[in-house]
Amino acid sequence: MEVPILKQGSYLIATIQTALHDSDMLQLRDALVTKVGRFRSRGVIVDVTSMDVMDSFSSRTLRDIAHMIRLRGAEMVIVGIQPEVAFAMVQLGLMLEDVPTALDLEEGLSFLNQRMRIPWVGQTEKKKQSTL
Amino acid sequence: MGGADRKEEAEHPLKSTVPISSDENIVAARQNGRALALQLGFSSTDLVLITTAISELARNILLYAKRGEILLEIVSDNGRKGIIVVARDSGPGIANVDRALQPGFSTSGNLGLGLPGVRKLMDDVRILSRVGEGTTVTATKWKR
Repeated sequence: MEVPILKQGSYLIATIQTALHDSDMLQLRDALVTKVGRFRSRGVIVDVTSMDVMDSFSSRTLRDIAHMIRLRGAEMVIVGIQPEVAFAMVQLGLMLEDVPTALDLEEGLSFLNQRMRIPWVGQTEKKKQSTL
Repeated sequence: MGGADRKEEAEHPLKSTVPISSDENIVAARQNGRALALQLGFSSTDLVLITTAISELARNILLYAKRGEILLEIVSDNGRKGIIVVARDSGPGIANVDRALQPGFSTSGNLGLGLPGVRKLMDDVRILSRVGEGTTVTATKWKR
């Protein structure tokens, strides 16, 4: 199942909603790396709240996506890693290395806003529209 | 009583076999394992540990043997209950099982986390392997 990607101001928000096949993860990678250019996005949030398993493949792919997004000039943050999933990841020795994480979508947005020094994403959008 | 048991068994299967030959099967194996473990009343943390182990074992099959199967079974031993995950393939086999169990060891360039990772997630992991004949990994998690 394809992961829906929402454009919110200068950010892209991808919400993983079901158990993903490996091919879905790779599809998400390709879509994000492309869309970050198409929409000139500054930040990407990947919401993994619904993911009940983070195995070696999914964590490696998420790490790869974050690195590719950074190479495209944007910043990615992973939000919503569940307590049990965090426990299993540490047991297994899975590392996201330098990829930023935040508790939930709200924290993820505020993390990106701080990075971008933009007061509020929605506001900048409105301003743009009013000057048109 | 035997009749009632059989009825219960029919409604809640105690075992399940999932053939593994593509990445979609990994999700199926994981979901079947979660359903069985949930039935036993494992904690939510253990559920995630078990499903992650199933995922890694299924991934190993795809990676090294291309195809095989995952057998999931509820077991009881002296009143304690647990789930057994058997990952079986007829792949190339493991030349040095002791080495394959060492942390950080991987012949695939660290694509998977290998067997040491699964060992940390489960209570007991046994490996039977013959070069050229295949590998059977048996991983057990007991309910605490």
